This record gives sequence, structure tokens and C-alpha cells, in this order.
Amino acid sequence: MRITQGTFSFLPELTDDQIKKQVKYCLDNGWAVNLEYTDDPHPRNTYWEMYGQPMFDLKDPAGLMMDLEECRKTFPNHYIRVTAFDSTHQWETPRLSFIVNRPPSEPGFQVTRQECEGRKIRYTVHSYATDQPESQRYRN
Amino acid sequence: MSSAEDATNRDDGQPLADDARVDLDAVFEESRIQEVFDQLDRELIGLRPVKTRIREIAALLLVDHVRRQFNLASDTPTLHMCFTGNPGTGKTTVAERMAQILHKLDYVREGHLVSVTRDDLVGQYIGHTAPKTKEVIKRAMGGVLFIDEAYYLYRPENERDYGQESIEILLQVMENNRDDLVVILAGYKDRMDTFFESNPGFRSRIAHHIDFPDYSPDELGAISQLMLADENYRFSDEARVAFDEYIERRMQQPHFANARSIRNALDRMRLRQAKRLFEARGSVTRKDLTTLEADDVRASRVFAEPLQTSD
Repeated sequence: MRITQGTFSFLPELTDDQIKKQVKYCLDNGWAVNLEYTDDPHPRNTYWEMYGQPMFDLKDPAGLMMDLEECRKTFPNHYIRVTAFDSTHQWETPRLSFIVNRPPSEPGFQVTRQECEGRKIRYTVHSYATDQPESQRYRN
Repeated sequence: MSSAEDATNRDDGQPLADDARVDLDAVFEESRIQEVFDQLDRELIGLRPVKTRIREIAALLLVDHVRRQFNLASDTPTLHMCFTGNPGTGKTTVAERMAQILHKLDYVREGHLVSVTRDDLVGQYIGHTAPKTKEVIKRAMGGVLFIDEAYYLYRPENERDYGQESIEILLQVMENNRDDLVVILAGYKDRMDTFFESNPGFRSRIAHHIDFPDYSPDELGAISQLMLADENYRFSDEARVAFDEYIERRMQQPHFANARSIRNALDRMRLRQAKRLFEARGSVTRKDLTTLEADDVRASRVFAEPLQTSD
């Protein structure tokens, strides 16, 4: 199941040129971009690992593309996303975030039902990928 | 419509016919390069070889642009440069200009200059250098990376020096990311030569070695004029004569750093002028505030030493 998190996630995968243009848009708005990766696709997993440092002072997307290439080499089977952070007063938050790399196959989620007192049922989602320990997921 | 007229403006990716004609004048006109040349001539005194080379580069990029319209494939020319010259000959100033020029010529995308020295590139401990160098390179992407006193990167006396690591990363980026950034090295001639001898890879990756000549006394005079005008000052007629004499004397003394010495001298003269005005009390006019007098010039230490005649 193809996960849909962040902007553009319902579109086909962005090509490198398209990524460049989106990053350019972020930089033109004065946002600082950075790369993050994870192998836990749960939607509530908001804190991904950062690859390298956040790229303040970047003027051109080529800098990020260089890092992205390295990051893809290091984590070919991880999710990688670009996040653009707006540091202006009272925003101080990510303004745009989109996935730029995903594992070749995504096993998806399982719905678990817990029966509670009365006839109440609690639902939770569980990602099949996380059955494996960290860094051993998506190995097929 | 003939293919000659619309040839210069087309941008549809279709190659031109083999017998099409492109009007170079129109392309030149369109690129606003003349503006850049005029500005260079106005703001940079002397530096003949430098300006010639900039013209050559501009011509090359222009012709390359037209060639591409005919679908004549060729690699993007490498524009990594090395500026050598004595202190104060304008290496940094020209590097800044170069970023703007290359931007106008559409060679770099952003046209900013990232100016660094050894400290910004080389780390303190193992594993520190590579990220540090890469960080700087990323910042410079789309613009010009200017490495001042580049010979410090290589320290032959210490074989475990981290500078070597930085050099290797730079070399790799200069080769692989030619479209993304232009690297300009600067330094004194003799030390750069030694640097290139021990790093032949660097020499061969740099297409343009530009030597900055020393300024003549006349050029230094013109430079001082420009510097003063920028700061809203001017010389009185006597002060002008005195300053010409100052230049002549200063050039014979040790540690003469061309335009930099001139700038420092002017700064000291402004100090003396301020002191003179302050001590005179009373009221001042606009003219008093902007004029440097001969006394401000002649109070310099340089005049205390005897003038050596050149024979």
C-alpha cells in the first residue's frame, strides 16, 4: 500500500527536476530545507531522523540534490522527505513537506481491534514493516 | 518571415536549419553584456589582462549559446579560475564582480559569492573536514565559491593535515558539479605556484589562470579618486598634488599593498581631517566637511622619509 503523507503524495513520484523546482520554490520563500528519513511509516511518527544538518543559507536546490543523492545511496529502502522550515516570527514551523524516496515495496497496515468493556471496540493501525526491528525493514 | 530574423529569439528547443543565420549583434544586444563591460571599465581601474579575459569568457558563453541553437553539442565550458597577484590588486573585488557577470551571462543560476578561507573548509579533528567542506559547497551552489589564500589548504610540512581531504572533495565537486558552481582560487603568485606543483589535479581542472598586475601610480591616483567619491569626499587641488607625491613615496616603501594601502591612507587622512575640523571649532560648511586639504595628506609618516630617486 503506497503511503500518502505530506504534499504531492497523491501524485506520481516527483522526478528530480520536479523536486528541484519545488525546493527552489521553498528557497525563494526564504524557508530552510532539510532531509529526513525513517523506516517507520506510521502516520503518527512525526519525528523522522534528520540527514545531515538543516540547510540554512542555501541559495540553490543543487546543494540539496547533492545531499539527497547521498542519502538515497545510504538509505535506498527508507522513506526520505524534504521539509521546508519557515523561521519567520510566529510561523516557526514546517511549511511544506514531501516524500522524495520510498521503499520499493510497502506492505501497508493492519487494523487491530481491541474488545473492551461492554461492546466497545478500540481500533489501532499497525504497520507490517515495523514487525522487523529498526533498519531491518523493507529488505526484500 | 525569414529564418534569420526570428532565429535570435526562438526558444522552442528546435534546432536551427544548417543554413540559418543568427545575428550576433542582436544576441549581444539582448544579453546586456555591454552594461557589464561598461560598469567594469567605470569601476575597476587598470587590470587590462583581467578585463580581456572577462571579455573572452563572455564571448565564449555567447557563442556557445548560439551554437546550442544549431544543436551543435559541446560540453559546458569549465570556468573555474585562479587569480594570482600581489596584495591589494583587486582579486576579491573582481571575484565579487565575476559572480554578477556570470549570472548576467546565464552561466550561474543565482550569482551570489561565498567567500571562504582555510578555516571555513578544514576541520579540527578526524571526520570534521568532509561535512564542513560540503556544507560550504552546498551554500555556494548556484553561485561562485571564492577561496582566498587557497595555498593554505595544503600544508606539506604536516602529512596528516586535514587540508588534503578538503582538496579532494573540492576536486571532485569541481569535476562533477561543473554546472552548479564556479570555484575561484586566489593567492599570491609564488605560493600558488608551489600549491599547484604539489596538487597537479587542481591546476588541470582550472581553465583560467589570471594574473593581476600591480597598479601604476596614475592608476592608483584614479583609484583614490573613486574611493573618495564613494565616501563623499574630495581632494583640494593642493591635496591632490600632495597625494600624488604620497603615492610615489609610499610605493618605494616596504609592505606596499597597492589599492589596499591607498584605502588605508585615505582612512587615516579622514581621521586627520576630522581632528583638524574638531580642533578648529567654530562652524563648518558642507565644503569643509567634504574636502581633504594638503595638510591632512602631508602630515603622513611617509613624508618623513627621504625620497629615493630611481637611479
